Amino acid sequence: MSAITSDNHGLRLVVRYAVLVLIAVIFLFPLVFMLISSLKPDQQLLADTSSLRAFLPVGDISLNNYFAAFDRAPVALFVMNSVIVTGVTVLLSLLICSLAAFSFVFLKWSGRALILSVILATLIVPFETIAIPLLLIASKLPWIGTEGLTFGWLNSYRVQIVPFIADGLTIFLFVQYFKDLPGELIEAARVEGATWPQVYRRIVMPLAGPVIATAAILKFLVMYNQYLWPLMVVQQESYRPVMVGLQYFFQLNRAWGEIMAYLSLITLPVLAFYLVLQRAFIASIASTGVKG
Amino acid sequence: MATTKLTRSNGAGWAFALPGFGLMVIFIILPFLFAFGLSFTNQRLISPNPTEFVGTANYRQLLGFGTITLDPLRDDAGVVQRAADGSPEYPRLREYTRNNPDYPQFDGMREWFSFGRGESRTYVLARDVVFMKAVVNTVVFVLVVAPVQGLLALGLALLINQRLRGINVFRTIYFMPVVVSIVVVSLLWRFIYDGQDGLLNNMLDAISFGLIPPVDWLGNPSTALGSIIAMSIWQAVGFHMIIWLSGLQTISPTLYEAASIEGASKWQTFRYVTWPGLRNTAVLVLIVITMQAFALFAQIDVMTRGGPLDSTQTIVFQAVERGYGKQDISGGSAISVILFCIVLSISLIQRYLTREKS
Amino acid sequence: MKTMHLLTGTALAALLGGSAMAQTELTMWYHGAGNQVEADILNGIISDFNASQSDWSVTIESFPQIAYNDSVVAAALSGNLPDILDVDGPVMPNWAWAGYMQPLPLDESVIADLLPGTKGYWDGQLYSVGFWDAAVALVSRQSILDDLGLRTPTLAEPWTLEEFMGAMEAAKVSGAYDFAINLGMGDKGEWYPYAFSPFLQSFGGDIIDRETYASAEGVLNGDAAMAFGNWWQSMFTNGYAPGTSQDLGDVQTGFAEGKYAFSWTGNWMALATLAAFDDAVFLPAPDFGNGSTIGAASWQFGVSAASEHPDGAAAFIAFALQDEYLAAFSNGIGLIPASPSAALVSDYYAPGAPMEVFFELSAQQGFVRPVTPGYVVAAKVFEKAMADIANGADVTDALDAAVDEINTDIARNSGYGH
Repeated sequence: MSAITSDNHGLRLVVRYAVLVLIAVIFLFPLVFMLISSLKPDQQLLADTSSLRAFLPVGDISLNNYFAAFDRAPVALFVMNSVIVTGVTVLLSLLICSLAAFSFVFLKWSGRALILSVILATLIVPFETIAIPLLLIASKLPWIGTEGLTFGWLNSYRVQIVPFIADGLTIFLFVQYFKDLPGELIEAARVEGATWPQVYRRIVMPLAGPVIATAAILKFLVMYNQYLWPLMVVQQESYRPVMVGLQYFFQLNRAWGEIMAYLSLITLPVLAFYLVLQRAFIASIASTGVKG
Repeated sequence: MATTKLTRSNGAGWAFALPGFGLMVIFIILPFLFAFGLSFTNQRLISPNPTEFVGTANYRQLLGFGTITLDPLRDDAGVVQRAADGSPEYPRLREYTRNNPDYPQFDGMREWFSFGRGESRTYVLARDVVFMKAVVNTVVFVLVVAPVQGLLALGLALLINQRLRGINVFRTIYFMPVVVSIVVVSLLWRFIYDGQDGLLNNMLDAISFGLIPPVDWLGNPSTALGSIIAMSIWQAVGFHMIIWLSGLQTISPTLYEAASIEGASKWQTFRYVTWPGLRNTAVLVLIVITMQAFALFAQIDVMTRGGPLDSTQTIVFQAVERGYGKQDISGGSAISVILFCIVLSISLIQRYLTREKS
Repeated sequence: MKTMHLLTGTALAALLGGSAMAQTELTMWYHGAGNQVEADILNGIISDFNASQSDWSVTIESFPQIAYNDSVVAAALSGNLPDILDVDGPVMPNWAWAGYMQPLPLDESVIADLLPGTKGYWDGQLYSVGFWDAAVALVSRQSILDDLGLRTPTLAEPWTLEEFMGAMEAAKVSGAYDFAINLGMGDKGEWYPYAFSPFLQSFGGDIIDRETYASAEGVLNGDAAMAFGNWWQSMFTNGYAPGTSQDLGDVQTGFAEGKYAFSWTGNWMALATLAAFDDAVFLPAPDFGNGSTIGAASWQFGVSAASEHPDGAAAFIAFALQDEYLAAFSNGIGLIPASPSAALVSDYYAPGAPMEVFFELSAQQGFVRPVTPGYVVAAKVFEKAMADIANGADVTDALDAAVDEINTDIARNSGYGH
């Protein structure tokens, strides 16, 4: 499946591993710094940044910073909020964006090219640009919930989810991937009388492992790391996500150890999400070799 | 292809695309049109004054520029006055740009850059020098990051695409920076880049046995943008490595077998088997990197706030400073529209250059 | 954790109060999320207030300080402001002018003996009242002054420009410190105008002309301001102070670690300094020719315009102005209690207490930042000018650019209501 076959000559193997390890060190060292620093008291933390001690768990090591972080801010609440908002958005986004991409690539309908162009153009619009008008819109939208019809979506989960379900990048990723799928499979299915939803569900999506993983990871990262939007639309602590919570640690009594602990805590769910995903999708594709 | 009943499907097409497109209309397109409209007014973020339509005033303020050529100062004998390093001295621009009735078009402008032609010097003035610098910095950032990050990611993907034991561990490690929020990364790297005691300076000092002096990476205008570029590439390259990887894995193994049967070298294999199969992936990577690079904001906000001396100003940072910091939402919107136009042109050019020549 | 306290507090109040059902709820926003000490004190005041009467019941929502102003603006845009909100002193005119806040119906007698920096007036009306004031001082140690052979400045005779620069040079030459003075350059934001505009004022300039509030011409780029700008730049080119890339940790702990001989910091850091050194001295600001000044006015509380219960808000604020609460705030966060009577019962500002000198400093040298809605923009422009000059920009051009930007902004806003 891969281009370069395994090479068993001892020296070349050692060299390959050495290169890989060196590069790994470059990618890892700030994260190691963060984790190790979260175990140290503030003074030692700051003093150690000037030497290799920054990467070594030496000195006064303890979990105190973690306990202090939990005292300062409702960390579990923030993580839960972020996970809920991010998880729901990712799931809905995968569904709705792949449906749209499917329609752009495999179905022929009038206006298709124009609408796809408009969608791709929105890739260019950075969020900060539309934040204020979006805020005004969100404060007026109707919703039918437990209290009947209400206006204004602020201080809720839906205001953090719904505006981000459909985005140009995810649709673009799916479109590019779907374009590479063999058209014969689709045609064969249609000839056998499959409806479009069936083609979507039975033929296309099962083949979409890699792009689902890629789009999911990217969407997860964007949603999990959001700061400006939750700041604007959520004023109650019970709905705040993780990045707004980070600002709790930058008050006048800033404690870098607690900050490192908090950063380590909030990085964990994302790491877990990635580890699960990459094993489930990328690994499976590597072993079966879909494009035979 | 003839549109038979099998292929023409207006109903299904619209039905599949509508939820996604509908959401985007409400939550992205509509606000952007709103912002576009705002850019032609003098809307403030908060103000009791009524909003007025001002036409292109915001754009003229952002994009206005002028040029003036000055002769050097001469003393009474007509000899050119020179500064300590021998370069000729010129009259202060201040005299032309502030309250000078002969040059009303320059009122309020500041020097952007200058170049010499013989003894006279031509000064290019801009009405919003900080914005101009932001545009230049952003373009430089994109021009450097797009190829460097894209190629580095490809290199890493090729490296990872080997059947070695434990290769998945390395792939996970290379991806880890992507997982961490850019804000977090910026905070960590601020410690690393510190001019006094930073880790980077200490490592360079150790490696070179004291030959390399400590550099104030973020405080020196000539190194600040480069430092941000390096950090941004470090954070994002893992993601594009994964994209290249999934593209690499769609290349049929029979092609590789055929190439090895024919006795092709590594480079030939890459050039004739691998690279053509990566076409679509390459387009994807290039476009995504470019889009993300133009949106450069978070690192600047955390690490340098546009300094030192405007060497790390970026377009989005200016938009946020204008719109939120200085409460001039119409100016911020105008900047966003200009950004949109710049990126649109560049992506159209990119699409044209990478179009399928069929 | 906080919600539990609030719930128990309100539950208790309900039990004890009897007719608690009739209490009108007042929502309140505060910028102290992440600050356990302030939160405890404020929650205590709130539960005491709720229990002490049966008309009003206050509930609080806390925000992190950095995000607070943005949250308020977003809430105002979407019509979601609380009843009581706190506001940073110099920002208050901007919010009052924009229609976010309404005048506070507080009787003059209640606030009669409060420090002037704690009272926020706009357009002749009272909009906000603060429970504490903040001050800045030149921090050092008596041992450092003795080692360097410097005269200890007093309020009556602060250092002149020559003496100040002499002190800087002495500290640098001694070689015992990384830098002579910590100016807090790593701490961007409102710190810059708050801490550095007093220096500008001491030279004879100002951020904006306080007669008309219509222009900064001649004030921010006149001769006095140019002299200030050149002095400011010399502080960095001579290596007396770390610049804008100052290590984030050093801003707060550098002096305590002995890296600096002097530190220009606010009295909210004083508690930590007192804990680190027992011979810490808080010196008055130097006099660069036009008198010594330090900043004044900190966070204050007011009523939002949309609130239907300004009298309830006034009642809460009046309740919180009691000496015991003002002293509690001061003891907890180290800032100056708002009234002299509260100072007498506080730990740090009573006669003979370690920070008593700040009270006098604030009373004699305190000078509020410009009272104008245009301050929000002017502060950002000033911050950038300070950073640019520190990084080596041409002083004249930087100050000219700042003046132009401030003037343009004022014109664009039709004079900001002056």
